[in-house]
Amino acid sequence: MNKLPKWVDVALIPFINLVLALLVSGLVVLWIGENPLHAMQIIVQGSLGSAYGLGYTLYYTTNFVFTGLAVAVAFQARMFNIGGEGQALLGGVGVAIICLGVNWPHWLLALPAAIVAGALFGAGWSLIPAYLQAKRGSHIVITTIMFNFIAYSLMVYLLVNHFKPAGEMAPESAAFVAGSHLPSGHEALGWLGINFPKSPPVNVSFIVALIACVLVWLLIWRTRLGYAIRAFGLSETAASYAGISSFRIIMVSMLISGALAGLMAVNSVMGEAERLLIDSVQGAGFVGIAVALMGRSHPLGVLLAALLFGLLYQGGAELEFELPSVTREMIVVIQGLVILFTGALENMVRLPVENYFIRRKAGN
Amino acid sequence: MTAPAIELRNISKAFGPVQANKDISISVAPKTIHGIVGENGAGKSTLMSILYGFYRADKGEIFVNGEQMDIPNSQAAIAAGIGMVHQHFKLVQNFTVLENVVLGAEDQILLQPSLEKARSLLQELAEGYELKVDPDALIEELSVGHQQRVEILKALYRRANILILDEPTGVLTPAEADHLFRILRSLRDEGKTIILITHKLREIMAVTDTVSVMRRGEMTATVKTTDTNPQHLAELMVGRSVLLRLQKEKADPGSTVLKIDNLCVSDSRGVERLKNISMQVRQGEILGIAGVDGNGQSELLQVLGGLATGTGSVEINGQELPLSGAGSDAQARREWGIAHVPEDRQLLGLVMDFMAWENMAFGYQHDERCRRGPFLMDIQSMQDYCRDKMKQFDVRPPSITALAKNFSGGNQQKIVLAREIDRNPDLLVVGQPTRGVDVGAIEFIHQQILDLRDAGAAVLLISVELDEIFSLADRVAVLFDGRIVGERVVSETNEGELGLLMAGIAESPAQAESRAISVTA
Repeated sequence: MNKLPKWVDVALIPFINLVLALLVSGLVVLWIGENPLHAMQIIVQGSLGSAYGLGYTLYYTTNFVFTGLAVAVAFQARMFNIGGEGQALLGGVGVAIICLGVNWPHWLLALPAAIVAGALFGAGWSLIPAYLQAKRGSHIVITTIMFNFIAYSLMVYLLVNHFKPAGEMAPESAAFVAGSHLPSGHEALGWLGINFPKSPPVNVSFIVALIACVLVWLLIWRTRLGYAIRAFGLSETAASYAGISSFRIIMVSMLISGALAGLMAVNSVMGEAERLLIDSVQGAGFVGIAVALMGRSHPLGVLLAALLFGLLYQGGAELEFELPSVTREMIVVIQGLVILFTGALENMVRLPVENYFIRRKAGN
Repeated sequence: MTAPAIELRNISKAFGPVQANKDISISVAPKTIHGIVGENGAGKSTLMSILYGFYRADKGEIFVNGEQMDIPNSQAAIAAGIGMVHQHFKLVQNFTVLENVVLGAEDQILLQPSLEKARSLLQELAEGYELKVDPDALIEELSVGHQQRVEILKALYRRANILILDEPTGVLTPAEADHLFRILRSLRDEGKTIILITHKLREIMAVTDTVSVMRRGEMTATVKTTDTNPQHLAELMVGRSVLLRLQKEKADPGSTVLKIDNLCVSDSRGVERLKNISMQVRQGEILGIAGVDGNGQSELLQVLGGLATGTGSVEINGQELPLSGAGSDAQARREWGIAHVPEDRQLLGLVMDFMAWENMAFGYQHDERCRRGPFLMDIQSMQDYCRDKMKQFDVRPPSITALAKNFSGGNQQKIVLAREIDRNPDLLVVGQPTRGVDVGAIEFIHQQILDLRDAGAAVLLISVELDEIFSLADRVAVLFDGRIVGERVVSETNEGELGLLMAGIAESPAQAESRAISVTA
């Protein structure tokens, strides 16, 4: 009855949200005395206008795909996993152990091992919050956010006391073994005869992210486990009627969610830094929440939203560089506005649009 | 000639594409009880909400006592002398009766004078209309029937001359309902006008002077109650002839399927909701559980459906069913051959945001039919199956991709029933099968349950509708306060007797004894 055309739901409404966010951001830019159109041009030019910019944009996108999928899977079970930061940090520890501990002959062997380790460590970091939610009803939002703080402290401890090579000042691990080096965009596209600049950090993890999107889609919409997860997320009472165990669903969905967040380290730690840094996540865990919200917890939506945020990250960095009056904080404000409009204020646009389409349908 | 108390002219109201009220005109004579009947979704509640100022009509005029009125909100309705008693009471649970009556209608900043005024008014009303309620009792201590009286008193305190009651008897025992009707009659005799919205034809016949019938947003007829009968009203409601009570063969019970001994169930707060109940259901018979809502029916359904734990003994075909711990979950119950049609299909039976085909397999998603390999669902087979079942059960619209929430109550129930009956269960446990279901679909649903019985299943039917118990059940047990207070053969009892049992007026030992003798004899 009040069914919207699908394109309105997945495309038009997010688009209107985005336009609104950009309009308000434009006002902010105007207010500090810059030309919003010029700023916009810098953002687009800087993120998509060159192979160099694109390489950075896709690197950020890869991070956000993983953390976005992590939040999206948990959302399907109506779990709000705020702990992407911590889970991704711990994923980095897993990846670092793999890349430091074994002298890998080839990246094709190191990559699967790193994927398994990153996923296991990420999942492990979500285990306790998941168990507390499933067994004791401790709210997942509270516990996962607390685990972020624990993860920050744990990272400091691990880096200073265990990973830091003796005599070094910086709290970071030694460089990973050469055999664990993932082909960058430059190398990978070089095989295909495409010339791509050397410096952007995009690497083969981007492919892993795309595969993760497909697998998550299969999981949620094609498997019986996904069916149970969605049923539980949509109606906990009905799920119990059907004999779906809430304990099992909460544990499984949160572990998958943590694993996906942990996979981000394959891109950032193994692919880019090639060593374990104190803050390898840099807020991507939180951006994942916005990505999942905007992508409506659908892998394709997550991919597109991750691309948008990748673009904003890279374009924002360029903007900061080009226009000295636009500070780092200003970029954060603009990103915040996008999150606000696409996530929190979604219903502000949704209701009028829905009403418009329902009325139009009633009219004919 | 006096002007009508309420006159609505050409009222129309649409919600999006749904035309809830189409060009409705109705005239309610003063000092009468005017019934409005219709199926769920016929537009009764919308019409009354317009009259009470919750909604504004798209078109049309409202006259109160001959004067044209604009009623933009409920304050305006109250000012016009209209009072409403909602289906779900709007009372503050931990306020006293007096405080609730005065709430929102205080005369001044100080509360005491208003309370005193209300107290004396309550006293007057109690004497005049059998509207006795202790003014200082807390609402949470009152029975449902008394709470309803407080709602009526609230309206009267606000000087309502026209009283609208929306499905007032849904939560009352037959005796409480009769008491309510006496109150309504005496209010009418004192000069009040009463509009009674209901879907129960028996009540219309018992208490109204005039009755209007609504169907699909339109007013199809207004007749004097003395000139009509339930059969005729049902036909007006549905638009075709219906069987109010199905023909059924005498039961031919076989061996015992369900045997319950000393079953106790406590709710999450530790309050005992079922107290040592025992019963048996055999193959090919329907045991009805009658009782006013909230006397342990939900808990009985939950424990049999694997949603709650209990103590005592439950046997299925002679085997002990686990009541707690491993093997007592809903999934295991299905493997025992127990199908469960829950009393709240929207909360339990269906995932409202799932499509029809997803719901048709709900709870049976591990069946051979639904699986492809170790992980995947066989979507093709699930959809084909759903298409078949929707055709067989005449679910409308027959769209397997429509979301459950977009079906009407009756069609939702058909989906649940189709799913549960299709597994040829040994025992069907069914709660309130026709709650919120339109008259046309009731007939179909009842027939399905009877067919299952005739195919040899044992059926435990829990219903607060005595009519339903009488048309389906072979035996009936009455639950009151978590106990079974009586068991009867349906053909040998009547509504009066069951009504007394439902009100907790237990049979005397002598009666029980004589019945025991007659059964053994």
